[in-house]
Amino acid sequence: MSDDAKTRTPAIEGWFRMDEADPALLGTRCTRCKTYYFPKESSFCRNPRCSGSEFEEVPLSRRGKLWSFTNNCYAPPLPYVAPDPFEPYAIAAVELAEEQMVVLGQVVKGVGVEDLKAGMEMELVLGTLYEDDDKEYVVWNWRPVA
Amino acid sequence: MADEVAVLGVGMHPWGKWGRNFVEYGVAAARDALADAGLEWSDVQFVAGGDTMRNGYPGYVAAATFAQALGWNGAQVASAYGACATGAQAVATARAQILAGLCDVALVVGADAAPKGFFAPTGGDRPDDPDWLRFHLLGATNPIYFGLYARRRMEAFGATELDFAKVKVKNSQHGYTNPNARYKKTFTIDDVFASPMVSDPLRLLQICATSDGGAAIVLSSMEYARKRTTDPVRVAAVSTVTPQFPQTIIEMPNFSTDSAVSEPIPDTPFKDSIAQVAYEQAGLGPEDLSLAEVYDLSSALELDWYENIGLCNPGDAEKLLNDGDTTIGGRIPVNPSGGLGCFGEAVPAQAIAQVCEVTWHLRGDAGDRQVEGANVGLTINQGLFGHGSSVILKK
Ligand SMILES: [Zn+2]
Repeated sequence: MSDDAKTRTPAIEGWFRMDEADPALLGTRCTRCKTYYFPKESSFCRNPRCSGSEFEEVPLSRRGKLWSFTNNCYAPPLPYVAPDPFEPYAIAAVELAEEQMVVLGQVVKGVGVEDLKAGMEMELVLGTLYEDDDKEYVVWNWRPVA
Repeated sequence: MADEVAVLGVGMHPWGKWGRNFVEYGVAAARDALADAGLEWSDVQFVAGGDTMRNGYPGYVAAATFAQALGWNGAQVASAYGACATGAQAVATARAQILAGLCDVALVVGADAAPKGFFAPTGGDRPDDPDWLRFHLLGATNPIYFGLYARRRMEAFGATELDFAKVKVKNSQHGYTNPNARYKKTFTIDDVFASPMVSDPLRLLQICATSDGGAAIVLSSMEYARKRTTDPVRVAAVSTVTPQFPQTIIEMPNFSTDSAVSEPIPDTPFKDSIAQVAYEQAGLGPEDLSLAEVYDLSSALELDWYENIGLCNPGDAEKLLNDGDTTIGGRIPVNPSGGLGCFGEAVPAQAIAQVCEVTWHLRGDAGDRQVEGANVGLTINQGLFGHGSSVILKK
């Protein structure tokens, strides 16, 4: 098996739709008060004025506006699995209009803080978080909309 | 207005990287605080300990650990943890015991021996723990969150990297003669800009290190204090509030904010509410402050606190800084101790150390860094997982 034929597998199960062409974060929504949750809430609604305990799984908006951003110039400690040599990467906080929430994510490789500006439209894509001998572990990324 | 308790004594073990057991630092600070109060350990009826998560079981039962090390005296104990707000949780517990009439004299102690480098989660696979997951899935270290806040100030208010560097320079000038500080050195703007970028726009010199250290205070009822001293410093407020739903500012260690679709966003954001509740308890406002000790986990974060505690409107913190208002000698000195920039963070001791510093100023005992004529001081910080921490002290 060659390197580019490695199996792609989610770095965490159930947090996002593993569809390269149409990825989405997977949250839940309280069926009573309609509050969104990411990561998923599935036991008791955290809205203090809601007694809901039933949730439906929902894909979150794939696009949002950049609230803020920064980067890791040094490799984070374990349990982050950092490549050697380490390449700095950016992290974005993106506001989703429909859900009225801000969600963090790594920014796609090749896009640095110098390319970012608050208010930019960002979209969700899938990227590789780390890999081992036979698998690539996939996570969601934010990417500026071209 | 809440009832008051007296600060009879304060003590600290200097911050540093001493490589010894945290219990030593706590006991040294406790002995200093007792001596400062003119009390014996045997006079203490209640011990509130600030827990440390990085020093094994003794750290989880800190109050009993310190009580045993001081020599069992039968005192009642309570140990508290609230991340960076741990010290305030311990102060709140001791104060409540006194105000409830359950004891007259309480000792509050926090100490830590910290590992090198970034704060990282403790070992093992814990895919249900958001603090583990933020490292694993994002590499979202603490400086990542500080970097997001700092960049937000630049994007929303036009703050500059120079503004952030000036906070570091100011605090180093405040704290370099502080005998309890770890970094006894003044830094220049050039020094800051020459230090490596960690999480853009924050450089190494602008991000708080982790330190060893210990701090302690002796609290008593006002009645008990009046028999021993004429004019004790008093605790006028302790705020340990949590956020209101929906919390719409991204916080460590979360992946997202609350969704605001179902409930209105609270009028007062969380960090503002920490101070607001303290002001309400004390019957005081920002205009009454002589000084403030705020949690400069990053240089930029200090500017956020100016606004959160009501020193100025959102977006005006850079002006306050650049006008010299928050420098010793200015209108409202902030972090006369030198802040975390001079200390590094000894998590469970830090909020207690803030109280020690304000107490010295209110007594006129702060030496080179004395804020002249100080009458009222506020401490504030925030611990991850929604822990507010603010103490107001007055003469
Ligand atoms: Zn609900």
